[in-house]
Amino acid sequence: MTPNVSSHEQESRYAVQKATWRTKVGLAEMLRGGVIMDVVNAEQAQIAEEAGAVAVMALERVPADIRREGGVARMSDPLIIEEIMNAVTIPVMAKCRIGHFAEAMILEALGVDFIDESEVLTPADEEHHVNKHAFKTPFVCGARDLGEALRRIGEGAAMIRTKGEAGTGNIVEAVRHMRAIMKDIRRIHSAPEDELMAIAKQLQAPYDLVVEIHQTGRLPVPNFSAGGIATPADAALMMWLGAEAVFVGSGIFKSSDPVRRARAIVDAVTYYREPEMLAEVSKGLGEAMPSLDVRKLAEEELMAVRGW
Amino acid sequence: MTVGVLALQGDFAEHMAMLARIGVEAREVRKLSDLEGVDALIIPGGESTTIGKLMARYELDKAIRARAEQGMPIYGTCAGMILLAKDIEGSQQPRLGLMDIAVVRNAFGRQIESFEADIPFKPTPERPVRGVFIRAPIVAKVGKGVEVLSEFDGKIVAVKQGNLLATAFHPELTDDERVHRYFLEMIQK
Repeated sequence: MTPNVSSHEQESRYAVQKATWRTKVGLAEMLRGGVIMDVVNAEQAQIAEEAGAVAVMALERVPADIRREGGVARMSDPLIIEEIMNAVTIPVMAKCRIGHFAEAMILEALGVDFIDESEVLTPADEEHHVNKHAFKTPFVCGARDLGEALRRIGEGAAMIRTKGEAGTGNIVEAVRHMRAIMKDIRRIHSAPEDELMAIAKQLQAPYDLVVEIHQTGRLPVPNFSAGGIATPADAALMMWLGAEAVFVGSGIFKSSDPVRRARAIVDAVTYYREPEMLAEVSKGLGEAMPSLDVRKLAEEELMAVRGW
Repeated sequence: MTVGVLALQGDFAEHMAMLARIGVEAREVRKLSDLEGVDALIIPGGESTTIGKLMARYELDKAIRARAEQGMPIYGTCAGMILLAKDIEGSQQPRLGLMDIAVVRNAFGRQIESFEADIPFKPTPERPVRGVFIRAPIVAKVGKGVEVLSEFDGKIVAVKQGNLLATAFHPELTDDERVHRYFLEMIQK
């Protein structure tokens, strides 16, 4: 480097651009084939990192406890998030309420690596989601179907995850959502070009993104799975169905042996195509998290229906 | 010629797509048996702690080290660079430790500092490459026999040592094939 060059001159010399769409989606791509684990303190974060998590989600309470305790669930205390950020070298994510851009601004100021605009927290706006293009920090959002996924990408989400039904330890909703997303991707990819506008209308999705899927046969951003994963087999199932990585919320630290289970789920995501290896890692993991039958939950207890 | 791409975790699909575009035969490597018959290996971006632990758990680290010592070319991007390094500042994480370099992880800061820039790359003097740096490392120290291929803002971001190549940035996230083509030339030599 030549001395006496101002940082401004350096930036124009190298055409430096920070927080581009490519660096945002790029981080999501770096997390592929990995497990993102919910943690509520520095100690859990270290256990997750040691097990091989690619990132942690910093929370005050895991979804199972949010569900049990009720009331309004908000962004976590920044102090807890900061402690977790200081405890590990892997990326740290944190959740804001749907539409609560002030919480998102606080999370960006803290320097979290990814913001989850999450239905697990109580929505702050029932009409509008956060305009995610306005942030430097990349966002992940939940979706139940392709239309919802594309609306979130249209708003700037750099990663999509299935919503599933968080805190239940029941994989059925994540399966439903992933199958719905993949089915419509296949449909758009094989549809004749002159039907794309009608499909966009039907899905209530941005037309340009429908065209992009028609051309590439895949979601424009990484497609992960969340909401109900409790075992290595659950993680493998979601990978088979098209997930590129998985989030495990309550599934690890609400189980009887978090250290072993965390490691087993990490191995299962890498080796999901190898039944013998899955059998090996699934042995003797102890009790899975306490679970719930989604069909017995009352409408107001469902988290997946929050947001649109 | 078959190029293996370590597919334990990370952006291995982007490397596979790049190799397909160039027209080279490529294979994802997850198990010891996948490593047999590959002429070279790419270690992708991703989380270096995750990839390092999985490599050690499934004994891929020993096998890769042995192949590298027999001369197999290896190219590491970002996490791949960290895993190739002998020294990782402040970390005892599992690694291959093949290159005589010391790296600093997340050297530019957290995700919010991730950036792209036109950076000079010695083997392609005609024009710079678009470097995509995502929570990227830098090389803080190089040993004897390590050639510095790129410096950005006074920081070393690409190095070569014999059959080993490493970049702190991600050419696989761009359309520019030149860094991969340079690696393929290393294999043919």
